[in-house]
Amino acid sequence: MQRKSHYEAIVIGSSAGGINALIKVLSVLPPDFPLPIVIVQHLHPESGNHLSQILKSKSALIVKQADEKEFIRKGGVYLAPPNYHLLIEDDFSFSFSLDAPVNYSRPSIDVLFESAVYAYRQRLIGIILTGANHDGSQGLKKIKEQGGFTMVQDPKTAEADTMPRSAIAATQIDKILPLQEIGIYLLQLVNRKIS
Amino acid sequence: MVGDIDNQNIELQLLLQAIYLKYGYDFRHYAKASIRRRVEQFMKKENLINFAEAQHKALYEVSFFERLLLELSINVTEMFRDPTFYRSFRQNVVPFLKQQPFLKIWHAGCASGEEVYSIAILLKEEGLYHKTQIYATDMNQVVLNQAKEGIYPLNRLKLYTENYQKAGGKESFSDYYTAHYDHVVMNKSLKENILFSDHNLATDGVFGEMHVIFCRNVLIYFNRELQNRALGLFNDSLINRGILCLGNKESIRFSEHSNLFVDIDKDEKIYAKKISL
Repeated sequence: MQRKSHYEAIVIGSSAGGINALIKVLSVLPPDFPLPIVIVQHLHPESGNHLSQILKSKSALIVKQADEKEFIRKGGVYLAPPNYHLLIEDDFSFSFSLDAPVNYSRPSIDVLFESAVYAYRQRLIGIILTGANHDGSQGLKKIKEQGGFTMVQDPKTAEADTMPRSAIAATQIDKILPLQEIGIYLLQLVNRKIS
Repeated sequence: MVGDIDNQNIELQLLLQAIYLKYGYDFRHYAKASIRRRVEQFMKKENLINFAEAQHKALYEVSFFERLLLELSINVTEMFRDPTFYRSFRQNVVPFLKQQPFLKIWHAGCASGEEVYSIAILLKEEGLYHKTQIYATDMNQVVLNQAKEGIYPLNRLKLYTENYQKAGGKESFSDYYTAHYDHVVMNKSLKENILFSDHNLATDGVFGEMHVIFCRNVLIYFNRELQNRALGLFNDSLINRGILCLGNKESIRFSEHSNLFVDIDKDEKIYAKKISL
Protein backbone atom coordinates (compact mmCIF):
# COMPACT_ATOMS: atom_id res chain seq x y z
CA MET A 1 0.00 0.00 0.00
CA GLN A 2 1.17 3.48 -0.77
CA ARG A 3 0.59 6.51 1.38
CA LYS A 4 1.42 10.18 1.21
CA SER A 5 4.35 11.74 2.97
CA HIS A 6 4.03 11.61 6.72
CA TYR A 7 4.42 15.37 7.19
CA GLU A 8 1.42 17.24 8.55
CA ALA A 9 2.47 20.86 8.77
CA ILE A 10 5.07 23.39 7.64
CA VAL A 11 6.36 26.26 9.75
CA ILE A 12 8.31 29.10 8.19
CA GLY A 13 10.31 31.86 9.82
CA SER A 14 11.45 34.97 7.98
CA SER A 15 12.63 38.45 8.82
CA ALA A 16 14.46 41.16 6.84
CA GLY A 17 13.71 40.60 3.15
CA GLY A 18 11.13 38.01 4.12
CA ILE A 19 8.11 39.37 2.31
CA ASN A 20 9.68 38.91 -1.13
CA ALA A 21 11.02 35.52 -0.08
CA LEU A 22 7.60 34.37 1.15
CA ILE A 23 6.03 35.47 -2.12
CA LYS A 24 8.57 33.37 -4.04
CA VAL A 25 7.87 30.29 -1.94
CA LEU A 26 4.08 30.56 -1.74
CA SER A 27 3.45 31.53 -5.35
CA VAL A 28 4.70 28.11 -6.49
CA LEU A 29 2.22 26.14 -4.40
CA PRO A 30 -1.07 25.01 -6.01
CA PRO A 31 -4.51 25.55 -4.43
CA ASP A 32 -4.71 21.88 -3.43
CA PHE A 33 -1.43 21.92 -1.52
CA PRO A 34 -2.21 19.45 1.26
CA LEU A 35 -0.35 20.85 4.29
CA PRO A 36 -1.07 23.87 6.46
CA ILE A 37 1.70 26.48 6.51
CA VAL A 38 2.22 28.64 9.57
CA ILE A 39 4.45 31.68 9.20
CA VAL A 40 6.21 34.10 11.50
CA GLN A 41 7.46 37.12 9.56
CA HIS A 42 8.99 39.79 11.80
CA LEU A 43 6.96 42.97 11.41
CA HIS A 44 6.52 46.37 12.91
CA PRO A 45 4.10 46.03 15.88
CA GLU A 46 1.56 48.35 14.24
CA SER A 47 1.68 46.92 10.74
CA GLY A 48 -1.86 45.55 10.88
CA ASN A 49 -3.10 43.10 8.31
CA HIS A 50 -1.07 44.22 5.28
CA LEU A 51 1.16 41.18 4.97
CA SER A 52 -1.74 38.77 4.58
CA GLN A 53 -3.23 41.07 1.91
CA ILE A 54 0.02 41.06 -0.03
CA LEU A 55 0.57 37.32 0.22
CA LYS A 56 -3.06 36.55 -0.54
CA SER A 57 -2.76 38.36 -3.85
CA LYS A 58 0.35 36.35 -4.77
CA SER A 59 -0.76 32.89 -3.71
CA ALA A 60 -3.34 30.35 -4.83
CA LEU A 61 -3.77 29.26 -1.23
CA ILE A 62 -6.03 30.73 1.43
CA VAL A 63 -3.78 33.16 3.29
CA LYS A 64 -4.97 34.74 6.51
CA GLN A 65 -3.83 36.13 9.81
CA ALA A 66 -4.25 33.46 12.48
CA ASP A 67 -7.12 33.93 14.93
CA GLU A 68 -6.91 33.09 18.61
CA LYS A 69 -8.25 29.51 19.19
CA GLU A 70 -8.77 28.96 15.46
CA PHE A 71 -8.24 25.38 14.32
CA ILE A 72 -5.55 24.81 11.72
CA ARG A 73 -6.90 23.50 8.44
CA LYS A 74 -5.13 21.63 5.69
CA GLY A 75 -4.00 23.89 2.92
CA GLY A 76 -4.41 27.07 4.94
CA VAL A 77 -1.59 29.60 5.18
CA TYR A 78 -1.58 31.34 8.57
CA LEU A 79 0.39 34.41 9.57
CA ALA A 80 1.31 35.46 13.08
CA PRO A 81 -0.37 38.77 13.98
CA PRO A 82 2.03 41.67 14.58
CA ASN A 83 3.09 42.13 18.20
CA TYR A 84 1.87 38.73 19.49
CA HIS A 85 3.66 35.44 19.84
CA LEU A 86 1.85 32.72 17.91
CA LEU A 87 1.78 29.22 19.37
CA ILE A 88 0.26 25.93 18.28
CA GLU A 89 -1.64 23.85 20.84
CA ASP A 90 -1.79 20.06 20.99
CA ASP A 91 -5.28 20.10 19.47
CA PHE A 92 -3.85 21.97 16.44
CA SER A 93 -5.43 25.29 17.29
CA PHE A 94 -3.64 28.61 17.76
CA SER A 95 -2.96 30.43 20.97
CA PHE A 96 -1.38 33.85 21.38
CA SER A 97 0.83 35.36 24.02
CA LEU A 98 2.07 38.81 24.89
CA ASP A 99 5.06 37.49 26.80
CA ALA A 100 8.29 39.40 26.43
CA PRO A 101 9.97 39.43 23.00
CA VAL A 102 12.29 36.50 22.28
CA ASN A 103 15.43 37.35 20.28
CA TYR A 104 14.11 40.93 20.34
CA SER A 105 11.13 39.65 18.37
CA ARG A 106 7.42 39.33 18.96
CA PRO A 107 6.19 37.30 17.20
CA SER A 108 9.24 35.08 17.62
CA ILE A 109 10.08 32.25 15.24
CA ASP A 110 11.53 30.17 18.08
CA VAL A 111 8.29 30.41 20.05
CA LEU A 112 6.21 29.21 17.08
CA PHE A 113 8.62 26.44 16.10
CA GLU A 114 9.00 25.04 19.63
CA SER A 115 5.25 24.90 20.20
CA ALA A 116 4.80 23.34 16.75
CA VAL A 117 7.26 20.59 17.67
CA TYR A 118 5.19 19.66 20.72
CA ALA A 119 2.04 19.51 18.60
CA TYR A 120 3.36 17.83 15.43
CA ARG A 121 6.58 16.13 16.66
CA GLN A 122 8.37 14.41 13.76
CA ARG A 123 5.57 15.24 11.33
CA LEU A 124 6.80 18.80 10.93
CA ILE A 125 8.79 20.66 8.29
CA GLY A 126 10.63 23.78 9.49
CA ILE A 127 12.04 26.41 7.14
CA ILE A 128 14.24 29.42 7.88
CA LEU A 129 14.38 32.13 5.23
CA THR A 130 16.22 35.45 4.98
CA GLY A 131 16.72 37.57 8.09
CA ALA A 132 19.16 39.75 9.97
CA ASN A 133 19.00 38.17 13.43
CA HIS A 134 19.23 34.78 15.11
CA ASP A 135 15.58 34.01 15.73
CA GLY A 136 14.46 30.54 14.67
CA SER A 137 17.74 28.70 15.16
CA GLN A 138 16.75 27.14 18.48
CA GLY A 139 13.33 26.23 17.17
CA LEU A 140 14.77 24.58 14.08
CA LYS A 141 17.13 22.63 16.31
CA LYS A 142 14.16 21.30 18.28
CA ILE A 143 12.44 20.26 15.07
CA LYS A 144 15.53 18.28 14.10
CA GLU A 145 15.86 16.71 17.55
CA GLN A 146 12.32 15.38 17.34
CA GLY A 147 12.89 13.94 13.88
CA GLY A 148 11.23 16.61 11.77
CA PHE A 149 12.55 17.95 8.46
CA THR A 150 14.72 21.07 8.43
CA MET A 151 15.23 23.44 5.52
CA VAL A 152 17.12 26.70 5.18
CA GLN A 153 17.33 29.22 2.38
CA ASP A 154 20.82 29.20 0.88
CA PRO A 155 22.45 32.23 2.58
CA LYS A 156 23.94 33.25 -0.77
CA THR A 157 20.43 33.84 -2.10
CA ALA A 158 19.19 35.64 1.02
CA GLU A 159 18.69 39.39 1.23
CA ALA A 160 20.00 39.11 4.79
CA ASP A 161 22.09 36.03 5.50
CA THR A 162 22.46 36.15 9.30
CA MET A 163 19.35 34.15 10.08
CA PRO A 164 19.97 31.29 7.62
CA ARG A 165 23.65 31.13 8.64
CA SER A 166 22.71 31.05 12.30
CA ALA A 167 20.25 28.20 11.65
CA ILE A 168 22.83 26.22 9.70
CA ALA A 169 25.32 26.62 12.55
CA ALA A 170 22.75 25.55 15.17
CA THR A 171 21.69 22.16 13.88
CA GLN A 172 21.81 19.62 11.11
CA ILE A 173 19.93 20.91 8.08
CA ASP A 174 18.27 18.38 5.78
CA LYS A 175 18.13 20.68 2.78
CA ILE A 176 19.76 24.01 1.97
CA LEU A 177 18.24 25.47 -1.18
CA PRO A 178 18.29 28.65 -3.24
CA LEU A 179 15.13 30.63 -2.66
CA GLN A 180 13.50 29.87 -6.01
CA GLU A 181 13.78 26.10 -5.45
CA ILE A 182 12.18 25.92 -2.00
CA GLY A 183 8.54 25.90 -3.15
CA ILE A 184 9.18 23.24 -5.78
CA TYR A 185 11.06 21.09 -3.31
CA LEU A 186 8.17 21.34 -0.85
CA LEU A 187 5.85 20.04 -3.52
CA GLN A 188 8.09 17.04 -4.10
CA LEU A 189 8.49 16.45 -0.39
CA VAL A 190 4.79 16.33 0.43
CA ASN A 191 3.80 14.40 -2.68
CA ARG A 192 6.48 11.77 -2.25
CA LYS A 193 4.98 8.35 -1.96
CA ILE A 194 6.24 6.08 0.78
CA SER A 195 5.65 2.39 0.31
CA MET B 1 14.39 20.30 26.99
CA VAL B 2 14.97 17.37 24.72
CA GLY B 3 13.36 14.05 25.25
CA ASP B 4 10.11 12.27 25.38
CA ILE B 5 7.29 14.70 24.77
CA ASP B 6 4.61 12.41 26.19
CA ASN B 7 6.46 12.12 29.48
CA GLN B 8 7.01 15.85 29.59
CA ASN B 9 3.30 16.43 29.06
CA ILE B 10 2.52 14.17 31.98
CA GLU B 11 5.08 15.88 34.20
CA LEU B 12 3.76 19.34 33.33
CA GLN B 13 0.21 18.24 34.15
CA LEU B 14 1.39 16.83 37.47
CA LEU B 15 3.19 20.06 38.31
CA LEU B 16 0.05 22.13 37.66
CA GLN B 17 -2.03 19.64 39.62
CA ALA B 18 0.41 19.81 42.55
CA ILE B 19 0.24 23.62 42.55
CA TYR B 20 -3.55 23.46 42.57
CA LEU B 21 -3.76 20.91 45.37
CA LYS B 22 -1.19 22.63 47.53
CA TYR B 23 -1.89 26.32 46.95
CA GLY B 24 -5.31 26.54 45.25
CA TYR B 25 -4.01 28.38 42.16
CA ASP B 26 -5.50 26.66 39.16
CA PHE B 27 -3.40 26.78 35.99
CA ARG B 28 -4.66 23.44 34.73
CA HIS B 29 -6.90 25.05 32.13
CA TYR B 30 -4.49 27.60 30.81
CA ALA B 31 -3.50 27.37 27.14
CA LYS B 32 -0.88 24.65 27.36
CA ALA B 33 1.65 25.89 24.83
CA SER B 34 2.11 29.25 26.49
CA ILE B 35 2.10 28.02 30.09
CA ARG B 36 4.64 25.37 29.14
CA ARG B 37 6.86 28.07 27.73
CA ARG B 38 6.55 30.18 30.87
CA VAL B 39 7.38 27.26 33.13
CA GLU B 40 10.35 26.34 30.93
CA GLN B 41 11.65 29.93 31.03
CA PHE B 42 11.39 29.87 34.78
CA MET B 43 13.18 26.53 35.02
CA LYS B 44 16.02 27.89 32.94
CA LYS B 45 16.44 30.77 35.40
CA GLU B 46 16.38 28.36 38.32
CA ASN B 47 18.68 25.84 36.64
CA LEU B 48 16.18 23.00 36.72
CA ILE B 49 16.13 20.37 34.03
CA ASN B 50 12.68 18.85 34.31
CA PHE B 51 9.12 19.56 35.42
CA ALA B 52 9.28 16.80 38.05
CA GLU B 53 12.07 18.62 39.84
CA ALA B 54 10.06 21.83 39.66
CA GLN B 55 7.09 20.00 41.13
CA HIS B 56 9.09 18.79 44.11
CA LYS B 57 10.46 22.25 44.80
CA ALA B 58 7.08 23.88 44.37
CA LEU B 59 5.65 21.56 47.01
CA TYR B 60 8.44 21.89 49.53
CA GLU B 61 9.72 25.46 49.08
CA VAL B 62 7.10 28.18 49.38
CA SER B 63 9.52 30.85 48.19
CA PHE B 64 10.19 28.83 45.03
CA PHE B 65 6.47 28.56 44.43
CA GLU B 66 6.03 32.31 44.91
CA ARG B 67 8.66 33.04 42.30
CA LEU B 68 7.00 30.59 39.92
CA LEU B 69 3.59 32.13 40.57
CA LEU B 70 4.95 35.55 39.68
CA GLU B 71 6.41 34.18 36.45
CA LEU B 72 3.09 32.55 35.57
CA SER B 73 0.92 35.53 36.35
CA ILE B 74 2.80 38.60 35.18
CA ASN B 75 1.15 40.15 32.20
CA VAL B 76 2.90 42.71 30.10
CA THR B 77 0.87 45.86 29.99
CA GLU B 78 1.16 49.58 29.32
CA MET B 79 -0.87 52.75 29.79
CA PHE B 80 -3.43 53.38 27.06
CA ARG B 81 -2.32 50.18 25.37
CA ASP B 82 -3.98 50.08 21.92
CA PRO B 83 -4.90 53.78 21.84
CA THR B 84 -7.61 53.25 19.22
CA PHE B 85 -9.48 51.12 21.75
CA TYR B 86 -9.67 54.05 24.16
CA ARG B 87 -10.73 56.36 21.36
CA SER B 88 -13.57 54.02 20.48
CA PHE B 89 -14.52 53.66 24.15
CA ARG B 90 -14.86 57.44 24.45
CA GLN B 91 -16.94 57.59 21.32
CA ASN B 92 -19.14 54.52 21.65
CA VAL B 93 -19.42 53.74 25.35
CA VAL B 94 -19.09 57.02 27.24
CA PRO B 95 -22.50 58.36 26.03
CA PHE B 96 -24.19 55.28 27.54
CA LEU B 97 -22.23 55.72 30.78
CA LYS B 98 -23.29 59.37 31.02
CA GLN B 99 -26.92 58.23 31.26
CA GLN B 100 -26.25 56.14 34.37
CA PRO B 101 -26.75 57.55 37.89
CA PHE B 102 -23.64 55.73 39.10
CA LEU B 103 -21.09 53.35 37.60
CA LYS B 104 -19.55 50.10 38.71
CA ILE B 105 -16.58 48.97 36.67
CA TRP B 106 -14.66 45.73 37.02
CA HIS B 107 -11.13 45.52 35.70
CA ALA B 108 -10.40 41.79 35.75
CA GLY B 109 -6.75 40.73 35.56
CA CYS B 110 -5.44 44.26 36.10
CA ALA B 111 -1.80 43.12 36.58
CA SER B 112 0.38 46.07 37.65
CA GLY B 113 -2.46 48.54 37.08
CA GLU B 114 -1.38 50.64 34.08
CA GLU B 115 -4.68 50.14 32.27
CA VAL B 116 -6.73 50.80 35.41
CA TYR B 117 -5.14 54.23 35.74
CA SER B 118 -5.71 54.80 32.02
CA ILE B 119 -9.43 54.22 32.49
CA ALA B 120 -9.49 56.38 35.62
CA ILE B 121 -7.94 59.22 33.60
CA LEU B 122 -10.42 58.77 30.76
CA LEU B 123 -13.37 58.78 33.17
CA LYS B 124 -12.07 61.93 34.88
CA GLU B 125 -11.80 63.72 31.57
CA GLU B 126 -15.33 62.68 30.65
CA GLY B 127 -16.70 63.89 34.00
CA LEU B 128 -17.65 60.38 35.10
CA TYR B 129 -15.05 59.46 37.67
CA HIS B 130 -16.79 61.02 40.70
CA LYS B 131 -19.76 58.66 40.29
CA THR B 132 -17.68 55.57 39.57
CA GLN B 133 -16.47 52.67 41.67
CA ILE B 134 -13.72 50.66 39.98
CA TYR B 135 -12.94 47.15 41.19
CA ALA B 136 -9.47 46.21 40.00
CA THR B 137 -8.68 42.56 40.54
CA ASP B 138 -5.83 40.18 39.94
CA MET B 139 -4.99 36.73 41.25
CA ASN B 140 -1.49 37.72 42.26
CA GLN B 141 -0.99 39.78 45.42
CA VAL B 142 2.48 40.94 44.36
CA VAL B 143 1.34 42.63 41.15
CA LEU B 144 -1.82 43.85 42.89
CA ASN B 145 0.38 45.72 45.39
CA GLN B 146 2.29 47.28 42.49
CA ALA B 147 -1.03 48.36 41.01
CA LYS B 148 -2.11 49.86 44.31
CA GLU B 149 1.12 51.84 44.59
CA GLY B 150 0.84 53.19 41.07
CA ILE B 151 4.58 53.73 40.67
CA TYR B 152 6.02 53.22 37.18
CA PRO B 153 9.46 53.57 35.61
CA LEU B 154 10.14 56.96 34.09
CA ASN B 155 11.56 55.42 30.91
CA ARG B 156 8.08 54.11 29.99
CA LEU B 157 6.55 57.57 30.10
CA LYS B 158 7.45 58.61 26.58
CA LEU B 159 5.41 55.70 25.20
CA TYR B 160 2.58 56.30 27.66
CA THR B 161 2.39 59.97 26.74
CA GLU B 162 2.24 59.14 23.03
CA ASN B 163 -0.44 56.54 23.71
CA TYR B 164 -2.42 59.01 25.80
CA GLN B 165 -2.41 61.53 22.99
CA LYS B 166 -3.36 58.96 20.35
CA ALA B 167 -6.12 57.75 22.68
CA GLY B 168 -7.80 61.15 22.52
CA GLY B 169 -6.46 62.52 25.83
CA LYS B 170 -7.79 66.00 26.57
CA GLU B 171 -5.25 67.38 29.02
CA SER B 172 -1.52 67.25 29.47
CA PHE B 173 -0.55 63.71 30.50
CA SER B 174 2.09 65.05 32.91
CA ASP B 175 -0.72 66.47 35.06
CA TYR B 176 -1.54 62.94 36.20
CA TYR B 177 1.73 61.99 37.84
CA THR B 178 4.70 63.32 39.77
CA ALA B 179 8.19 62.41 38.60
CA HIS B 180 10.90 61.34 41.07
CA TYR B 181 14.36 60.42 39.76
CA ASP B 182 13.74 57.30 37.68
CA HIS B 183 10.07 56.72 38.40
CA VAL B 184 6.69 58.42 38.45
CA VAL B 185 3.90 58.24 41.01
CA MET B 186 0.33 58.42 39.77
CA ASN B 187 -1.83 61.11 41.40
CA LYS B 188 -3.69 60.12 44.54
CA SER B 189 -6.91 61.56 43.16
CA LEU B 190 -6.91 58.82 40.49
CA LYS B 191 -6.94 56.13 43.18
CA GLU B 192 -9.82 57.49 45.27
CA ASN B 193 -12.50 55.34 43.66
CA ILE B 194 -10.43 52.25 42.88
CA LEU B 195 -10.67 49.19 45.09
CA PHE B 196 -7.87 46.70 44.49
CA SER B 197 -8.61 43.11 45.43
CA ASP B 198 -7.80 39.47 44.96
CA HIS B 199 -9.82 37.56 42.38
CA ASN B 200 -8.99 34.52 40.33
CA LEU B 201 -10.95 34.01 37.12
CA ALA B 202 -10.19 30.30 37.22
CA THR B 203 -11.67 29.64 40.65
CA ASP B 204 -13.63 32.62 42.01
CA GLY B 205 -17.20 33.75 41.39
CA VAL B 206 -19.37 36.59 40.18
CA PHE B 207 -18.86 40.31 40.84
CA GLY B 208 -22.33 41.86 40.88
CA GLU B 209 -24.12 44.44 38.75
CA MET B 210 -21.28 45.88 36.71
CA HIS B 211 -21.80 48.51 34.03
CA VAL B 212 -18.47 47.77 32.38
CA ILE B 213 -15.99 44.92 32.56
CA PHE B 214 -12.47 45.21 31.20
CA CYS B 215 -10.55 42.01 30.72
CA ARG B 216 -7.91 42.68 28.13
CA ASN B 217 -5.27 40.18 27.07
CA VAL B 218 -6.02 37.75 29.85
CA LEU B 219 -8.25 35.28 28.01
CA ILE B 220 -5.55 34.57 25.43
CA TYR B 221 -3.74 32.60 28.15
CA PHE B 222 -6.77 30.38 28.83
CA ASN B 223 -7.94 27.26 27.03
CA ARG B 224 -11.43 27.16 25.53
CA GLU B 225 -13.02 25.69 28.64
CA LEU B 226 -11.59 28.35 30.95
CA GLN B 227 -12.39 31.10 28.46
CA ASN B 228 -16.00 29.95 28.56
CA ARG B 229 -15.98 29.98 32.36
CA ALA B 230 -14.63 33.53 32.45
CA LEU B 231 -17.05 34.80 29.79
CA GLY B 232 -19.94 33.18 31.67
CA LEU B 233 -18.76 34.96 34.80
CA PHE B 234 -18.66 38.27 32.94
CA ASN B 235 -22.12 37.73 31.53
CA ASP B 236 -23.50 37.00 35.00
CA SER B 237 -21.72 40.04 36.46
CA LEU B 238 -22.98 42.59 33.92
CA ILE B 239 -26.23 44.57 34.02
CA ASN B 240 -28.41 44.41 30.90
CA ARG B 241 -26.65 46.29 28.12
CA GLY B 242 -23.49 46.32 30.24
CA ILE B 243 -20.23 46.62 28.33
CA LEU B 244 -17.52 43.99 27.95
CA CYS B 245 -14.08 45.02 26.65
CA LEU B 246 -11.64 42.34 25.57
CA GLY B 247 -8.11 42.49 24.15
CA ASN B 248 -7.36 43.25 20.55
CA LYS B 249 -6.96 39.63 19.48
CA GLU B 250 -9.58 38.16 21.78
CA SER B 251 -13.01 37.37 20.57
CA ILE B 252 -16.21 35.85 21.90
CA ARG B 253 -16.83 34.47 18.42
CA PHE B 254 -15.55 30.97 19.19
CA SER B 255 -17.15 30.79 22.63
CA GLU B 256 -20.45 29.28 23.72
CA HIS B 257 -21.47 32.73 25.04
CA SER B 258 -21.13 34.54 21.72
CA ASN B 259 -24.93 34.82 21.30
CA LEU B 260 -25.31 36.65 24.64
CA PHE B 261 -23.48 39.74 23.41
CA VAL B 262 -23.81 42.21 20.54
CA ASP B 263 -20.94 44.07 18.87
CA ILE B 264 -20.41 47.70 19.81
CA ASP B 265 -17.07 47.94 18.01
CA LYS B 266 -16.06 44.71 16.37
CA ASP B 267 -12.46 45.75 15.65
CA GLU B 268 -11.79 47.04 19.14
CA LYS B 269 -13.54 44.06 20.77
CA ILE B 270 -16.15 46.08 22.63
CA TYR B 271 -19.38 44.16 23.27
CA ALA B 272 -22.68 44.83 25.04
CA LYS B 273 -24.68 42.26 26.95
CA LYS B 274 -28.01 41.54 25.32
CA ILE B 275 -31.09 42.32 27.37
CA SER B 276 -32.26 39.20 29.14
CA LEU B 277 -35.64 39.08 30.84
